[in-house]
Amino acid sequence: MQSNSLMACHDCDLLHRIDGHPEGGTSICSRCGAVLLSHKRNSLDRSLALTITGLILFVMANAYPLLAIKSGSLYRAATLMGSVEVLYAAGMWQIGLLVFLTAILFPLLDLLCRLYILIPLKMNRKPWKLSFIMSLNQTLNPWGMMDVFMLGILVSVVKLVKMMKVIPGVSLFAFMMLILVLAAIAAFFDPHLAWEKGEG
Amino acid sequence: MNPPLTARNVSMVPCHRCHLISQIPSDGKLSGMACPRCGAALHQRKPDSLNRTWALVIAAIVFYIPAMVLPISVTTTFAGAQSDTIMSGVIYFIHSGSWHIALVIFVASVLVPILKILILIFLLISVQVKSKWRPLDSTRLYRIIELIGKWSMVDIYVITLMAALIKLGGLASFDAGPAALYFGTMVVFTMFAAMSFDPRLIWDCMEENHDSG
Ligand SMILES: [Zn+2]
Repeated sequence: MQSNSLMACHDCDLLHRIDGHPEGGTSICSRCGAVLLSHKRNSLDRSLALTITGLILFVMANAYPLLAIKSGSLYRAATLMGSVEVLYAAGMWQIGLLVFLTAILFPLLDLLCRLYILIPLKMNRKPWKLSFIMSLNQTLNPWGMMDVFMLGILVSVVKLVKMMKVIPGVSLFAFMMLILVLAAIAAFFDPHLAWEKGEG
Repeated sequence: MNPPLTARNVSMVPCHRCHLISQIPSDGKLSGMACPRCGAALHQRKPDSLNRTWALVIAAIVFYIPAMVLPISVTTTFAGAQSDTIMSGVIYFIHSGSWHIALVIFVASVLVPILKILILIFLLISVQVKSKWRPLDSTRLYRIIELIGKWSMVDIYVITLMAALIKLGGLASFDAGPAALYFGTMVVFTMFAAMSFDPRLIWDCMEENHDSG
């Protein structure tokens, strides 16, 4: 167990001895200031609740129209997936794929990976293939860009209101909530807890 | 002055995936060793970090040029077709009074990629000349580029949504131009470049010549 209390800083390699796990405490590298560990109170319960909320919001954000336009008697609504399809149909499938991966698939997989890890941990079991799923989650994490997409929505709306009447859809509100929930998950999910509990 | 107590200096290696510390065998050979907890291959530093980062930075520079020069979007109305580059779009929005849109697009699409590329080149060169200049600030610069990198993608999302909604309106059509693909690829390259750079190399420089000096 002695090596478990030792930690090397991921940014500067300095060794640190972590004595105990103060709940709600954050350990910071004494040389470069990197965050080594951040133990949150009830990390497991909170991140599980947030992940389930996140998945529900994700379904809503994708099932309902994002934005609708109105000009005269014409009313039409576009979903996120529908927007990707427009690019695909216009022959820009590479851009469509980039948007599909970063704004739809990777954020979804990220949430599913976390759910897959958290449910067995909650029941005090070791998640099957924990190492593979954790690694998948870590690899995909930087490529999920829902927050950037949200900024993209705002910019597009401001651009479009000059040309037509733009009506925000149900999905837009689900999106805004989802950005907050994803940020909270990032804060509460503790990978060290998963590794330690999933070990035995 | 004693060398700092880093994992490398005491023959230990942290797992990049689960952060468990392992002892390096006495023969010092690390190749083929896997983390006993999660099974990831163990490396003292990110493998081939400098070469990979250089290659990706150069690729990003090569793609940045067509991304700026070629049209990023083509708007077709009954009056004809109009192509816009990223910069002409920015200028258009300044003139039409939407300076906040112009600012967002300029910062995300023009400034952030240039900053990322310049900071990475600075970090690569300072590691290669074993610079001891302000390692803490260099590490902070690295954290900044890790944080801001993905925000460059905002223009790609704007184009996607504009294309979809203008098409729905039916009066005009809005298509992504050839620059969009170069631009998206360039952002992906800069993100991979930031990931393949190992900030621990900055700190390794501080320990060189300890024995001789
Ligand atoms: Zn550190």
